[in-house]
Amino acid sequence: MIVFEKPKSLTDAQLHYCPGCTHGIIHRLVAEVIDELGIEGKTIGIAPVGCSVFAYNYFTCDMIEAAHGRAPAVATGVKRSNPDNIVFTYQGDGDLAAIGTAETVHSAARGENITIIFVNNAIYGMTGGQMAPTTLPGQVTQTSPYGRDPKAVGLPVKVCELLQNVDGATYLERVAVNNVKNVKNAKKAIKKAFMNQIEGKGFSLVEVLSTCPTNWGLKPDKALEWLEEKMIPYYPLGVYKDKTAEKEGE
Amino acid sequence: MTNQILLSGFGGQGILFAGKFLAYDGLIEEREVSWLPSYGPEMRGGTCNCSVIFSDKKIGSPIVSNPDILIAMNLPSLDKFESAAVPGAKIFVDSSLIDRKVGRDDVEAYYIPATRIASDENLSGLANMIMIGHMIKKTGIMTFENVERAMKKLVPAKKQNLIELNIKAVELGYNY
Amino acid sequence: MAEKVLMKGNEALAEAAIMAGCRHYFGYPITPQTEVAAYMAKRMPLIGGTFLQAESEIAAINMVYGAAAAGKRAMTSSSSPGISLKSEGISYLAGCDLPALIVNVQRGGPGLGGIQPSQSDYFQATKGGGHGDFHLIVLAPASVQEMVNLTFKGFDLADKYRMPAMLLSDGTMGQMMEPVSLDVDEIKQYDKSSWACTGTKCEREHHIINSLIIDPDELEKYNFERFERYAKIEAEEAMHDEYRMEDAEICIVAYGVAARVSQNAIDKAREQGIKVGMIRPITLWPFPKAALNAAADKVKTFISVELSMGQMIEDIELATRCKKPVLLCNRVGGMIPTTEDILNSIAKANSVGGDK
Repeated sequence: MIVFEKPKSLTDAQLHYCPGCTHGIIHRLVAEVIDELGIEGKTIGIAPVGCSVFAYNYFTCDMIEAAHGRAPAVATGVKRSNPDNIVFTYQGDGDLAAIGTAETVHSAARGENITIIFVNNAIYGMTGGQMAPTTLPGQVTQTSPYGRDPKAVGLPVKVCELLQNVDGATYLERVAVNNVKNVKNAKKAIKKAFMNQIEGKGFSLVEVLSTCPTNWGLKPDKALEWLEEKMIPYYPLGVYKDKTAEKEGE
Repeated sequence: MTNQILLSGFGGQGILFAGKFLAYDGLIEEREVSWLPSYGPEMRGGTCNCSVIFSDKKIGSPIVSNPDILIAMNLPSLDKFESAAVPGAKIFVDSSLIDRKVGRDDVEAYYIPATRIASDENLSGLANMIMIGHMIKKTGIMTFENVERAMKKLVPAKKQNLIELNIKAVELGYNY
Repeated sequence: MAEKVLMKGNEALAEAAIMAGCRHYFGYPITPQTEVAAYMAKRMPLIGGTFLQAESEIAAINMVYGAAAAGKRAMTSSSSPGISLKSEGISYLAGCDLPALIVNVQRGGPGLGGIQPSQSDYFQATKGGGHGDFHLIVLAPASVQEMVNLTFKGFDLADKYRMPAMLLSDGTMGQMMEPVSLDVDEIKQYDKSSWACTGTKCEREHHIINSLIIDPDELEKYNFERFERYAKIEAEEAMHDEYRMEDAEICIVAYGVAARVSQNAIDKAREQGIKVGMIRPITLWPFPKAALNAAADKVKTFISVELSMGQMIEDIELATRCKKPVLLCNRVGGMIPTTEDILNSIAKANSVGGDK
């Protein structure tokens, strides 16, 4: 009897992520949701530039690699030309909240019927650990070697809070994948974000707080603790917007 | 046979519209024709001009720099283009807005108070078409029979009222 | 044949794109191409297509990238500064071998420049215009009719060779009206099922549209393959037109509005007994090298008439192997060479020609 197996929507390719990095968990959650919703055959994923750039090798659905930050624009082009496809982007914090801010905000403003999986690990991982728009105050990175100084470089961008005020957005939730309970919640949120698209409800974004043990300079278990102790207080988990619930409640 | 026509005035006088009207005559007559507006911010309130060329052979440059027909609907236009007209050119001046005469004696000048006529006849904003009417009479580049045909191509049928008013303006200029 | 209609160049090209089967237009307002967007905004909703005004030129070209990846005919249009912003996306289209049409209604530069006609994006268009080794098919219309025909052709060539094509126009061609026939050929269908991202239907391996190739060996291989395709295009797709070249001793080379003005100058010079003709490139890439090289064996002098500071002249010198002198006749910044400017250059060419 099989009690545990790889989701069908993941390929057999070996993930390139560092030990302890939670990208693998988030990939798995997305794949499980695609499997459960039975949409593998009509899903198109948009990969970013950043650590998850190779996501196009890991999902069995059709995949498009976008230029840095442009995934929501590419997703818009795909969705508008083939509205029957289910289109998701998978983006990191530099991609979505720095270079791609305009694309993020405006795809939300237009209420594009797409799903965005936003992985926030507070650092640029692929290029070796530079300060991200979501790097915490005081956090040491390669380009904030004395700790992020809010006086010099400002404070982090809180994406869910920012998009909360964009009328076009339908569903915004921040989740984390640092323990079993949070992982389960994360999956629920991701599933809802895909369901919204299937039901034509519009723009959904799930922000997933994730770890980067390598660039944080922490062992994997310590990284999970750091996420819990440092990130969650700054980036509180929860639903930031849910137009679908408002409607039901009316 | 080639006609190089330059229409010039200020934004809002309907210079481009008048040029298009002529261009439609070229289309009806199956002649080679080009229409080129000046474009950009100057269209909105500043000076504005429009080149229209008719020819029996393929048209080269669509830009009229030396017109053989010039319609000037404000003083800056006459000042700017009078000297550029070819010898023997026909220059049409809206004499209600331009109080000087054409200085050259190697061109034929025609004066018509188009803006005043338009205002007297309750055709405000159609001085352009009065100028056109007078010009086609004096140059013969467009037959009167084509006026209605060209107007119907230019103005959508649902704006029948506009078609009639424009034709009336052309007639006034033609019979001036 | 359908009755001719009077249309602005920008509107004619937009209609031609629709006739070519393009149902996905993504753009951003900029003078002097705005009529294209306005026309598409009016037409697309009526025919079940997409018109989307993006938040930036960058977003617009990436929307085109998405639609092209999904196997659809897609386009964007802009004017010079906007094309610079699109350059990133154009490089990605080339790197992913995706077909699309990009229209540049050129205006004077550099920087914000001006809004009057220019041809100063010649290098940008013909030499790549983004990072990496690549080419665009570059088509240069010289009439409203060619705005139609070359838009249609651009989509076809883009699909045929799986690469982006550019319609390199200018403010004059975009703003002028001429009678135009909207009769076009039948749309040739190209099978995109081997690569387009339309969903696997769980019946095939997934398609990946991607330009990231980490292994240098492999990336080199892709570049070599792409350039083999480019070589085929250079051999088969170069287009040009000749005007009064039969006995010409002076050959003007000009495209777009410069070619239109040159025609006037040639007629006038001929009246004075000067034997001058014109080779007008219709494709700027591939450049009509063979025609120019052949002409170099007959004429004494070339004149490159451009609305740029001497950009195309380099391609003329290369194509003709510098066998004959090439003079430059140019105006820039939104100015257009006059017939007199060109006649002066013809007179000069008539006196210096044949030295080499």
